[in-house]
Order: sequence, then structure tokens, then C-alpha cells
Amino acid sequence: MREIPVEEVQDKIEKLFVMANFELPEEVVHIIIKAAHLETSPTAKEIFRQILKNAEIARDEKLPLCQDCGVALIFMEIGQDIVFTGGDLSSAVNEGVRRAYKNNYLRFSIVEDPFSRVNTKNNTPAFIHYEIVPGNELRIIIMPKGGGCENMSQLRMFSPSAGINGVKKFILESVKQSGANPCPPLFLGIGIGGTFEYAPYLAKKALLRKIGTPNPDPSLDSLERELLEGINTLGIGPQGMGGSITALAVHILKAPCHIASLPVALSFQCHSHRYKEVII
Amino acid sequence: MVWTTIRLYTPLSDADIETLHAGDRILLNGNIYTARDEAHKRLTGYIDNKKPLPLDFNGAIIFYAGPTPASPGKVIGSIGPTTAVRMDPYAIKLLEYTGIKGMIGKGERSQELRDACKLYKCIYFAATGGVAALLNRHIKSSEIVLYDDLGTEAVRRLEVADFPVIVVNDIYGRDLYEIGRKKFSKSVEDILA
Repeated sequence: MREIPVEEVQDKIEKLFVMANFELPEEVVHIIIKAAHLETSPTAKEIFRQILKNAEIARDEKLPLCQDCGVALIFMEIGQDIVFTGGDLSSAVNEGVRRAYKNNYLRFSIVEDPFSRVNTKNNTPAFIHYEIVPGNELRIIIMPKGGGCENMSQLRMFSPSAGINGVKKFILESVKQSGANPCPPLFLGIGIGGTFEYAPYLAKKALLRKIGTPNPDPSLDSLERELLEGINTLGIGPQGMGGSITALAVHILKAPCHIASLPVALSFQCHSHRYKEVII
Repeated sequence: MVWTTIRLYTPLSDADIETLHAGDRILLNGNIYTARDEAHKRLTGYIDNKKPLPLDFNGAIIFYAGPTPASPGKVIGSIGPTTAVRMDPYAIKLLEYTGIKGMIGKGERSQELRDACKLYKCIYFAATGGVAALLNRHIKSSEIVLYDDLGTEAVRRLEVADFPVIVVNDIYGRDLYEIGRKKFSKSVEDILA
């Protein structure tokens, strides 16, 4: 048994959200630089220049990368041998988010009710996903996610007869339809299989794989490459103004599913792909 | 595409608008106003109730944006465009009744809005989404002029200097998204073939 005080989790959450909002991950910057070299249209080149300059200014002047500091998404893999001490874990996580947003001039983007639309003024509640895994380590990945790209999310419950071609068509058409709205160049998370609620969870989780690392499943790796290439011939381009880079990466996770089902979920992430990880 | 920049100064006149074409790169100077979903709802409420608007928007540019709070020593925090199409039902009404000459946002607009741009001589500009720290540098002052209770969604008067935008919809019915993609795009059917 290993004891982890919830206060330690709270501190980590706070630090991760602050870092994520001001510093674009190195591997994200790297993939953007690579893509910028491939673009030919002057508009697209100018947009890439602005994106890279923005990352510099955000880091140096401590200004948030984007005015949309996002919903606080948190994925926690909890080793089953851990006992949390000193209070309620979810409350501590939310307190970490509250402090990160309130003390660092980040935007509050959460309303307490979908209809009254009254802002909670501290960016909580966070949206937390817990998974129990073997061992005694705690892995936390956070992702502040903007509303513009989130609104482009898609879920389709296919019949199995749709097959892989039906899935590919759905993905390409969804990206095409989203156009400029999700702030391309995109990162696309795809969840295939599972159930009505599990496929979108997988799509989100797929986004968390470190950018630049291959899918460990060779068949999914080749599907990711094929889809990336296909998406980049849609011509949407950076900010939808035309170009050969619409997506920077496609990540897929799959799961078993019911004999009658073939769920497919798409999670769109903007070019400002802010995520941070820590293992306690 | 020839890459030239045009400096524009607010308030905009019809003569300014007539010279602009989809794809033109613009540096905006002068005052612009922020307004998002809730502010649009409230502003069009005056029109629906046949009451005068609380601000004169003649020749004005509306920026669909909700900034982060200003940290000490800064006039404003990070600021950038939000998805514009959400404002379309309200924006068409504002174009008709207020003399707004420009809107700044991101993403495609509805056909109805594009038609309204032609009819009422108004330009839809895009600012780059997700470069809000960079755009902060182009804001010289910021003042809340309406709806303080809305927080980030309040209406602010921003003084901008060489604020970079691109013309998406001009008054001649052209659309940069359509034009820009034509050169690069393949159909879904061709990609899967």
C-alpha cells in the first residue's frame, strides 16, 4: 500500500495547468515547424509564422497561448495499491484547477448550467476520468481543451457492414465539414469500437499519446498515416484558408464492441495542443 | 496570390469597404468592439423592442472575442477570435440596423450572412485563431463599455494598432475559404479511390 496525500495531487494539478497554458509542448512546436516547411501558400505560411511566434510570446511574456484556456480535462491512471489521504481526491483536483486559473489570469470558460449560462468564475468543475491500473503509481495527464474544436466532435454508431471504408469516409467527411472552425492545423483523436460513451472517451484519450510517437499497433499506425495523408489532401489548410496541411497528427485507439455495433468517435484538437503529464 | 498589406483606420466607410477583396491582408487601426454570444443577444434585444442601441456602431468593427484577464502591467490578456457562425442570426440584424462595417472572427459564415454582407456593405475578416498572445501586442487600450456582468463576454472598446486580419467575405460575394481551398482540395471520393 502506498499513501499519497491529496494535497500533493492538488499541487501537481495546479502546476500542470499553469505550464500547459503558457508553454506549448516541445514536440508540438517541432511538428508545427516541420509542417510549416511543407506549406506553399503565402497565407498558410503567414499563419504558421504567427503560430510559432505566438508560442514564443506566450512563454516569454507569460500570456496564455490562447484566450480560450479551455475546459479542464484530466485523465488519471491510479495504481490500485494507492490510498489517497488527507481529504477528498476530486475536491483536491478541482481546487488545483481553481488555483491555476484564478491565480494566473487564465480565462474562466465554464458556466454552471447549460441554460442559465452563469459563469462559475473559477473554471471548475474539471472533467475528470479515473482509471484503476495495476501497481502503485499515479499518472496524471491534463489537457485544457478549447470550445471551438470541441464543438466539432462527432460520434456515429455504424452498422458493422459499414466496415473500414465507411469509417474512413465518415472521418474524412467530418474533417471536411468542420472547415476552419476547429482552428486547423488539427490534431485528430479517433476512438473506434467500444460503446456509445466509450468511443468518445477513447478518442479523447488517443489525443494524449505523445505527439511524434507511433501507434504501437502496426495496423492502426498505418491507418493513422493513411488518414493523415487523406485529410491533408482535403485542402482546408491552416485556419481553413487553403493549404496542404490540415492535420498535424491522427491518433487512433480501438476497443472490442458488440456484435451489432461499430461506434466511431472523433475528437478535434486545435493546433494549440496543450497537454502535460506527470507520474507520482 | 500577391502578398500585400493594406492599413485601414476605423470607423470604416463604404468607400473603404468597396476597395477590399477576399484574401487581402489588412492591418487594422483605431477602435474596435468585442462582443460574443450573450452580448449579441442583448444588443439585438434593443432592435426587437424597437429601442435605440446603447452604443453608436456606425462604421464600427465587431470582434468576436473574450479575452483572458489582464495581468499586472498589461492593458489586456490574451485575445483572439471565436467561431463566428454562432453570431450569424444576431449579426444579420445588427448589420441591417446599426451600420456595422466589419466583423472579426474565425470560420465559415452562413449564406444568409454572406448575402447580408453584400446588401449592407460589410466585411467579414478572419484573425488567426490560437495566436492570442501575439494579438495581445496589437491592443493599445481596453475599456469595458457595456455589460460588465458578462465578464470575459462584456463589450469592450479596444484601441488597436496594426491588428492583423484577412478579408474572408467581401461585398462582391467572394469567400476566401472557398477560393483558398480550391487550389489544394480533392474530393472525399477521390481520396478513397
